[in-house]
Amino acid sequence: MATAKRNRRTGLTPFHALAGGALALFAGGLVILLVSVLSYTDLQAFRAVFRSADVRFALRLSLMTSTLSAALAVVFAVPSAYALSRMRFPGRMLADAIVDIPIVLPPVVLGLCLLVFFRTPLGRAVEQAGFRFVYEPAGIVLAQFLTVCPYAIRTVKATLDGINPRVEQVARTLGYGSGRVFILVTLPMLKTGILAGGVIAWAVAFGLFGPMMILVGTTRQRTEVLATSIYLELSVGRIQSALAIALLMVGIALGALTAFKALTGVPAPRER
Amino acid sequence: MLCVESISLRYPRFALREATFSVSPDDYFILYGPTGSGKTVILELIAGLRIPDSGSIRINGRDVTQSDPAHRRIGYVPQDLALIPFLSVRRNIGFGLRSPAFRPDTSGRSLTATVRARVDEMLELLGIVHLADRKPEALSGGEKQRVALGRALAIRPDALLLDEPLSAVDEETGNALMRELKRLQRALRVPTVHICHRFTEMTFLATRVATIREGAIRSVGTPDEVFSPPPVVRAVEAQRPPRPLPQEENSLPPHRLKNDFL
Repeated sequence: MATAKRNRRTGLTPFHALAGGALALFAGGLVILLVSVLSYTDLQAFRAVFRSADVRFALRLSLMTSTLSAALAVVFAVPSAYALSRMRFPGRMLADAIVDIPIVLPPVVLGLCLLVFFRTPLGRAVEQAGFRFVYEPAGIVLAQFLTVCPYAIRTVKATLDGINPRVEQVARTLGYGSGRVFILVTLPMLKTGILAGGVIAWAVAFGLFGPMMILVGTTRQRTEVLATSIYLELSVGRIQSALAIALLMVGIALGALTAFKALTGVPAPRER
Repeated sequence: MLCVESISLRYPRFALREATFSVSPDDYFILYGPTGSGKTVILELIAGLRIPDSGSIRINGRDVTQSDPAHRRIGYVPQDLALIPFLSVRRNIGFGLRSPAFRPDTSGRSLTATVRARVDEMLELLGIVHLADRKPEALSGGEKQRVALGRALAIRPDALLLDEPLSAVDEETGNALMRELKRLQRALRVPTVHICHRFTEMTFLATRVATIREGAIRSVGTPDEVFSPPPVVRAVEAQRPPRPLPQEENSLPPHRLKNDFL
């Protein structure tokens, strides 16, 4: 059988070159995009952005809401992923598909759905019970949570699917109930998946804008997150300022993702 | 004593029909049959990982047919061993001893010290003291087998279930493990059900054997009872002059199956 030629010095095959090329093309393209944005703005715009009380408020609110909604998403994702991966029940396939609806739905439509829901008798009852979301900062967390939860569920479920259920079954024969088995056996093996799901959820929530614009509006220093700030700056023609905020968001997200990868350890390649 | 009485389980593409056998503390009981015949399903039913449609399972007189796996007092070694990957050998073997169901009598000592003593006993018994602090990923196939066996035996189970425990090891390790399994079963006197589909493995280990095919148990008895030829064949063969077997045939099993099993 013919085998691909390896480079004598590096040991790389043409397939390795193809894989590396695809990665370089995509990552390189993104870097070029960011550099072009950077070249369009200047230090003055950055200074103005950092001095702006509105942007500082939006930054604080963005970090708080995205962290809270990512945490909530993980809390819901772990049991939901467990149910989808480990339990057999009627309608499991349908439930699996329903979970993905927020991923396929345009974000603006999700916001519209939420707004409509809070105009129905059930939605009004929720608001009358004291849980107010429409045009309120809590609505930001709700919109972010609904959008990012499917990403967390998918990530946790993929990890769970890779764990041999026989390990859990044997643990049950060793005297533990299913809840204790989950805590003592499954959860430690799920740690990386939970962390990855949380980070993906946080990153998507941090950059989210569409559903919030519909559900909570774009009120300065009330429901303004960084994505809203970009929209507001663009709407008044301050393009350089909008780009500076965008780059600030990229910097924060990049820092958070790199810190996560450094803390959890990106798996090293097994074979070159 | 483990008693399985008329257990049945029906799936769209497979059915286990009326399986019945009993295993005493002196029995090394082999479930012998081809792949897909329902051997593993029987073990899973005994372990409580599946619930039968009908029939009953009793362990030392307790009816455990509907019981949770946690309360059956079964030592189970699945085919893939299913060691907990993030725990050391010592923690894997002691895992069941920290559960409410199998917590040992501490007699005034701390639980940690009692568990440690029981685990040391197991490590000694299986000859794996030197592996105590290793993780499963750093063990060979034979070593993993011993750890899984130690984990199942540490809880002092009322019955031991072994699902093809020698399938993933080389011949030399397999032979050593077979001798060890036989020794352990005799020493501990725990009713043991062992799945295999290798004739030599079955003849070496079994005190009693059940042959199974297409979800039904075909015969139960000692290996001699199940695999020796029927009297009429023996009578005919006794009158025939001895004929030396060709070299290749000498390696074949000495008997044909009484019930045309293979």
